[in-house]
Amino acid sequence: MLRTIDATAKRNLTSHMPFVPHTQDDEASMLNAIGVADIETLFDEIPAELRSGRLLGVPAGISEMAMLRLMAERSAADSSGISFIGAGAYEHHIPSVVWDVASRGEFLTAYTPYQAEASQGTLQLIYEYQTMMSRLTGMEVANASVYDGASALAEAMLMGVRANKKSKSRRILCAGNIHPHYLKTCRTIVTNQQIEIDTVDWSEEYGTLSSSLWREREDQDYAALVVSYPNFFGGLDDVGKLTDWAHDQNMLLIAVVNPMALGILRAPAEWGQAGADIVVGEGQPFGIPVASGGPYLGYMCCNKAIVRQMPGRIIGRTLDQDGREGFTLTLQAREQHIRRGKATSNICTNQGLLVTAATIYLSLLGDRGLASVATECHNGMLALIDKCRVRLDIHPRFSGPVFHEVAFELPARAADVLAAMADQDVLGGYDLGEFDARLANCMLTNVTETRTEADLDRFVEALAVALKAVGC
Amino acid sequence: MLIFDHSSKGRGATAQFGPPMEPASDLPAEHLRSSPAGLPEVSELQVVRHFTNLSRRNFSIDTQFYPLGSCTMKYNPRGAHRAASQPGFLNRHPLAPEAQSQGFLACLWELQEYLKDVTGMKAVSLTPMAGAQGEFAGVAMIRAYHQRNGDDGRTEILIPDAAHGTNPATAVMCGFKVREVPVTREGDVDINALRAAVGPQTAGLMMTNPSTCGVFERRIQEIAGVVHEAGGLLYYDGANLNAILGQVKPGDMGFDVLHMNLHKTFATPHGGGGPGSGPVGVGQRLIDFLPTPVVGREPGPRFRWLDEQDIPHTIGRLSAFMGNAGILLRAYAYARLLGRDGMYRVGRYATLNANYMARQLEKKGFTLAYPDRRATHEFIITLAKENRELGVSAMDFAKRLLDYGFHAPTTYFPLLIPECLLIEPTETECREEIDRFIEAMGAILEEARTDPDLVRGSPYTMPVKRLDDVKAARDLDLALIDPRPAP
Amino acid sequence: MAEYPDDLRFLASHEWARLEEDGLVTVGISDFAQEELGDVVFVELPELDAELAARSEAGVVESVKAASDIYAPVSGTVVAINEALEDAPETVNDSPYDDGWFFRISPTDPAELDGLLSAEDYRRHCEEESH
Repeated sequence: MLRTIDATAKRNLTSHMPFVPHTQDDEASMLNAIGVADIETLFDEIPAELRSGRLLGVPAGISEMAMLRLMAERSAADSSGISFIGAGAYEHHIPSVVWDVASRGEFLTAYTPYQAEASQGTLQLIYEYQTMMSRLTGMEVANASVYDGASALAEAMLMGVRANKKSKSRRILCAGNIHPHYLKTCRTIVTNQQIEIDTVDWSEEYGTLSSSLWREREDQDYAALVVSYPNFFGGLDDVGKLTDWAHDQNMLLIAVVNPMALGILRAPAEWGQAGADIVVGEGQPFGIPVASGGPYLGYMCCNKAIVRQMPGRIIGRTLDQDGREGFTLTLQAREQHIRRGKATSNICTNQGLLVTAATIYLSLLGDRGLASVATECHNGMLALIDKCRVRLDIHPRFSGPVFHEVAFELPARAADVLAAMADQDVLGGYDLGEFDARLANCMLTNVTETRTEADLDRFVEALAVALKAVGC
Repeated sequence: MLIFDHSSKGRGATAQFGPPMEPASDLPAEHLRSSPAGLPEVSELQVVRHFTNLSRRNFSIDTQFYPLGSCTMKYNPRGAHRAASQPGFLNRHPLAPEAQSQGFLACLWELQEYLKDVTGMKAVSLTPMAGAQGEFAGVAMIRAYHQRNGDDGRTEILIPDAAHGTNPATAVMCGFKVREVPVTREGDVDINALRAAVGPQTAGLMMTNPSTCGVFERRIQEIAGVVHEAGGLLYYDGANLNAILGQVKPGDMGFDVLHMNLHKTFATPHGGGGPGSGPVGVGQRLIDFLPTPVVGREPGPRFRWLDEQDIPHTIGRLSAFMGNAGILLRAYAYARLLGRDGMYRVGRYATLNANYMARQLEKKGFTLAYPDRRATHEFIITLAKENRELGVSAMDFAKRLLDYGFHAPTTYFPLLIPECLLIEPTETECREEIDRFIEAMGAILEEARTDPDLVRGSPYTMPVKRLDDVKAARDLDLALIDPRPAP
Repeated sequence: MAEYPDDLRFLASHEWARLEEDGLVTVGISDFAQEELGDVVFVELPELDAELAARSEAGVVESVKAASDIYAPVSGTVVAINEALEDAPETVNDSPYDDGWFFRISPTDPAELDGLLSAEDYRRHCEEESH
């Protein structure tokens, strides 16, 4: 009788094994085929004293229904009003097609396309992505993406040091008006390889790099100059002049570009006389939700002359044995799984699924759509600047053109104003005091095509109330 | 056909954007785009059809068995995908105030706790965006630790010669020299060679356990002792964590720092080559060096980001925001579905499947690389004999498997075993599927004996046959250039 | 079977060196090396006028399956590079000792050549490596 109860208890245990399909009969017959009495025996090479006990820090399993309820509650707790925060992640409209198609199991659950014959879908898609990104930036080639915009810039710095044959320097000159987290990420990643990053300060009046500032760095042997377009304040540096100056100084020009801006703004390949040498940035605006910071995709483009210095996966078009067109990973000899310690980078992965979404997004929008969305963002930003000026006498901190983001100067600490706006369910922007103490009264505010006239009015009202609340 | 071949001037998915607008008049001309980029002009239906059809030219876990060694291609639960796709998570801006982020932060904080428990580590940072970035963070912490101690002479990282290529690549990225340590015929690290290799120049040792040879490193405690005595730290590459989930903790083995691949062990989808997620865990000595941000908890409870102020010796940031948040949420959902008993079963049934498969393939006449060892969650067969006697290589077997409807195992890795296939069935495959794979392998072996050209010419049923890699690398065609060359 | 011409000197890392009548040293990779690499798809050559130390990295040869550094067999100045390899890297496979040369060095000390492997020693080295 006791034996029966034991067996029932055991059956109950094995009947609830999420994602493990084995029946008791399966288990018994497999153990029999191996020639062992139980699963425990399969671990007999592990020193007994190392076998762990129960995982007491992990709760008991729950059903999918219970798990989804929990996650719905937690996500609802974070759903708050309307956001005007940009600062590197931008909320654009995402066509329904994008994730409906990208979430197909054949894209979602495929592995890296090492078996080319069984991965033509992913491979062709990446080739199309590479084509789109190279056309958008005007550069000759793009890789299959890296993790995000910040890590793409770090890889571009390493690449710049490798690719610049005119300079033996391991120093990079970087605009001080790039995204602060990008700069921090780059420092983490490149400094272990004895690469130094010097920054050039921005002008108090324009927020851009004024010529007097960067002329001070003449003849100092840097491998590359990094500029951001738009810069972190949303403004537009004179990238043509900067490119020419960099080349004159035997530096490569590394451009960090919001690709959405390229719907209307000048392609980096056309900057100055010779164009940028390496173009990187955050691909998130192309169909990817802001989603707490990731996963996104970092794009990287360059010209063919230095493609062998570019890290990450690259897809090429070729022919099969019957002369049919096909796609395959190429230039793999540079990668870690072959070149090991001499690889261009330790990167193994690209952001395949996000590339899928971005490629579908760009296919839907085309040139006209991208120009239209970029223009709407820009016009919306101008409209908000106008409303703030007229109704609140609030103005941009810097003069000069902007794309879809601006630094507003406030009569109080931005942190306090933003907190008072958040109380009204309006996230008004990013506190620039966190970026630079000189800007403690400034907030960085973004408008995309998803913000309506009514949304802009709500922003202005919330800002008015907030200013009163902080005593202005 | 490429999406560009469907393009027709003037067409567009016009539900997605407004009517043509005047270009921005306030922007100086030198900032304006000079000409259209040349993106495709296609209808919404054309887009849906093109990309749906492309998807059908892929193998995937949802459609095929994928016994890809060291990649842990297990079922990716749809529930976890749905959980992470809640609107509140998707719409949350990464820089949203903490007060508007408590639900999200609660998930991450709990995930940190679970990962600490399953690895036996003292603290976890979730921020690395992939295994390779986790590795980078881990080795950078080792470097920072020695520097902090004024121990500047530690310039060398030891790596078993069977290791994954990322290990040496990472060590070099972190500014170290690499010294390889040989592996014995039985698949263990050669401990005498290790003793001879360590010294005051040793910063640490990187290894996986189970190793890339598909066997458990039996003398791991002794190895840890040798490295620690020399003043080095032990790095655990979590590529093979699935084998020991709930069975052994790397922290108990003596490791000081590790990364996990959530896209392997925690079943998040591979997405055709990413995104991944590679959290790092550390023992007491490295807590002060963790990459930022980390989620902290204060009484309330209230969750908040810990940054440079809280972790003053941090190696720093690794991404613009906080890592691959959406992948972390999927891993969290998966952990909740499994619970502690479910995790305990992962390692057990993954090991059962691999040992069963190894034994059955051996019975079919295949040669195991380590016949006297237990398989872990994966194992290696070598086709050196078949290659020598029949002229059919591991690559030929791999390609022929595609015709039988199976994704190929990992080929030619680890490099030190000739003509090898590294096979990992995972715990989510049922016995019937594994039996079908074994039958297919048997059938291909028979074909190799009777009609080797058939195997050498495979695959036949894929959208393309074998591709000309040499042409791809010599005549680089990496982006479509207009006008499109005639096919 | 790979060829090992008697008039050449070799490095164990598979470069060959030939002392020309004009006193320059021509450098390439051996027949054995090109066979091991398989189809060469790209060659990266040193810069003209570059000063190379013996055994220092001077370039890269890349096939589909591997990328290997090329080392200078002797110290000296690079006075010529085989630019034809940029468009036709397969020449390295077709003619490793003649048309497939990589670069020429004006040697600082021609006696350094005596320290390199003879064809016979190199052949033995290769046979060991392939076992």
